[in-house]
Amino acid sequence: MSRELTAWTFVAPALAALGLFFALPVVAALLLSFTDFDIYALADLGNLRFVGLDNYLALARTPLFWKALGNTAEFVILGVPLSIALSLGAALLVNSRVARWRGVFRTIYFAPVVTTLVAVALIWRYLFQARYGLIDWALGRVGIAPIDWLGDPAWAMPAIVIFAVWKNFGYNMIILLAGLQTIPDELYEAARIDGAGAWGQFRHVTLPALAPIMLVVSILTVAGYFQLFAEPYVMTQGGPVESTTSIIYMMVDQGFKFWNLGVATAIAVVLFAILLSLTLAQLALARRWSRA
Amino acid sequence: MKRAVAVNGLLALLALVTLVPLAWMVSVSLMAPGDAAHTPPPLLPDHATFTNYTMLFARLDMARYFANSLALAILATLLSLTFNVTAGYAFAKLHFRGRDRLFRLLIAALVIPAQVAMIPLFLLCKELGLVNSFAGVLAPNLATIFGIFLVRQYALSIPDEMLEAARVDGAGEWRIFGHIVLPGLAPILITLAIIAFLTSWSDFLWPLIILNDADKQTLPVALAGLAREHVQDIELMMAGAVVTLVPVLLLFLALQRFYVRGLLAGSVKG
Repeated sequence: MSRELTAWTFVAPALAALGLFFALPVVAALLLSFTDFDIYALADLGNLRFVGLDNYLALARTPLFWKALGNTAEFVILGVPLSIALSLGAALLVNSRVARWRGVFRTIYFAPVVTTLVAVALIWRYLFQARYGLIDWALGRVGIAPIDWLGDPAWAMPAIVIFAVWKNFGYNMIILLAGLQTIPDELYEAARIDGAGAWGQFRHVTLPALAPIMLVVSILTVAGYFQLFAEPYVMTQGGPVESTTSIIYMMVDQGFKFWNLGVATAIAVVLFAILLSLTLAQLALARRWSRA
Repeated sequence: MKRAVAVNGLLALLALVTLVPLAWMVSVSLMAPGDAAHTPPPLLPDHATFTNYTMLFARLDMARYFANSLALAILATLLSLTFNVTAGYAFAKLHFRGRDRLFRLLIAALVIPAQVAMIPLFLLCKELGLVNSFAGVLAPNLATIFGIFLVRQYALSIPDEMLEAARVDGAGEWRIFGHIVLPGLAPILITLAIIAFLTSWSDFLWPLIILNDADKQTLPVALAGLAREHVQDIELMMAGAVVTLVPVLLLFLALQRFYVRGLLAGSVKG
């Protein structure tokens, strides 16, 4: 019995901290999203009223909310496949039998992952500049007309996607590389004997072996990309014409610029609901595939 | 032979694309104010100068932001080690009622994005008087589910016989933890420390919300603020980016082996 008690002394501090600073706020977020918590309630809780689903209904009637959802979806739909494809490509290259200086390349590709987001977002803000930017200059050298990346509503989000992929692809590359290294050589040997070429081996050996890792990678990447915030904050301030205002960006604006804390938590809860259903959907899809 | 050229060529090309933004940042940070804004964009400074760095530290209080970030990152690292290690070990090796159910609950909670908790957390910090304080910045990072998970996975490999033998010899659980467990966990402690340090150093949204006073700001928050005031000062901003990035890049280069292990533990086995 005293051993049980001792065990609790090991976990109690962490559980208390998680309970107070994570579990409690999450539960409070659900409740808060059904109230009209604003600057008046902040001054005096007596002004707080229960408003049922009003915050959610108000959001549904707010065009900017739908725009923010759409912008975030654009970021995820463009960014996740691009980033995973580049990660996989880089992992295959580094893992190639004929590759040299593997450790060096691996370190280089991973370096952007450890960089501070705000600082590298600043670099890319200038790289994307229409007049003095390195990217338009490089495109000009191959005859492509300059693009006003961050000033054009059609290009701002793709520009942020390019930056995000640069920043993140090394992360999944490391995970996929570890996966590639667990595939036994005999499998490739057998495929070769069966007459499979490079593509055939990739299709019938590499991809199936990587499938479980790809699932984890895609769940983590989708969840991460949905939390887009600092990139538009630094590079575009949500513009031009709100074309890069993401869900979290709108939440922060509503919460800490306008002090509509009830509405802001409702936005956070919607984000959570989306992430939860997407994760469950990805898991369900994976289960169906593995049975097939 | 042809294949080797193609593979290594692509590897080098990708490395170039990865490194150019960072190299460009360093180069521009050494240019005199206004020199970067030319067409075609200059790749190297005419005369390298430290003007921008002097400006940052002498006029824009960069040393204070740097010290704030460093202090917070060190504190966050120590707190993460204090809270997560004992818990991770207990979830792996000690027995208490509901242990496995509790652990499954923690893992399931990983799907909740931190931003969901952020607004109530702000109100809680306001109640506790932690707004605009370092304690407020640190509060949500005391214990992390990922940290507990990381330590647990590693601690699972400690042989039970070793712990039992110590118990038979009459050693108490905390004594066993201090003398046998901790030394064995050393590699994963380094991993956990690097992750905690880097996470704190680069954290943006929460410090942005919780810190108001200019003199308490961290590097990323101050840098984002400066960038809004000094939109045209490319050279100055790149110097600010260098100051922010050099510590984390050096730390990563020195300890990347440990960092990568943590990353793999978090996804492949999870």
